[in-house]
Amino acid sequence: MSENVGIVIVSHSADVARGTALMVEQMVGHEVPLGWCGGDPGGGLGTSVEAIMAAIDRAWSESGVAILVDLGGAETNSEMAIEMLPESRRGRVVVCNAPVVEGAVMAATEAASGATLEAVRRTAEELTPV
Amino acid sequence: MNKVRASVLMRHEVGLHARPSVKLTKLAKAFESRIDLGLSPDGPWVDAKSIVKVMATKAPKDSTIYFRAEGTDAKDALDALVTLVDGDFQDGR
Repeated sequence: MSENVGIVIVSHSADVARGTALMVEQMVGHEVPLGWCGGDPGGGLGTSVEAIMAAIDRAWSESGVAILVDLGGAETNSEMAIEMLPESRRGRVVVCNAPVVEGAVMAATEAASGATLEAVRRTAEELTPV
Repeated sequence: MNKVRASVLMRHEVGLHARPSVKLTKLAKAFESRIDLGLSPDGPWVDAKSIVKVMATKAPKDSTIYFRAEGTDAKDALDALVTLVDGDFQDGR
C-alpha cells in the first residue's frame, strides 16, 4: 500500500468545502488525493449522499479515504454514502470526529507522509476538545 | 544509535504557525529517526512528526527552536530541519 490516504471534505456550504480544499492544497500540497462537496443540488445549504459518493470516488485511494464533515447532516449523509459504496471499498472509508477545516489540514499533513488510514484519523481527532 | 542535537533561531514573521508547522512536520516525517522539538534546551519536548503537537507549541517569531534526534539518519534530519527554519521555511517539501 504505497498510495497516500485520500481526504474528502463535506460541508453544508460549497464555499466552505471549496475553501477548505484550497487550504489543504496550498498548505500541504497536491500529493494527497482530495475530494470535496457542499450545498444541496438546488444551490442552497445542505449535503447530498450522491455528491459525497462522487467526492469519495475522486479522492479514492487503495489505502483508504478519511472524510471530514461539519454539522449533523454532513455526518449522517457521509455515513449513508459509505454504506452505499461497493463492499470492497466500504471498510476503507472513515468519518473523522474533528473540526472540518483544521481536521482536513492535519489529516492531509499526516496522509502526505504515507501514513495509514487509522493514523490519519487519529491525527485529525487529536484536535477534538476533550 | 546516533543521538544529535541542534538549535536554530526562527525569524519567520508569524512564528511556527500553520504553514511553517506543516512544512516542518512533513520534512521531519521524511526521516526514520525519532525527532523531538522544544523551545528550551531542556524541553519539554514534542514529537516533531506530530502536526498537532508542533502547531500547539505556538512558537513566536525570534524563538530558538531546539531539536534532538535519535536514529540512523539523525544528523541528516537535523541538518535539513535547521536549514528549513534558517531559510525561513522557503524550501519546504
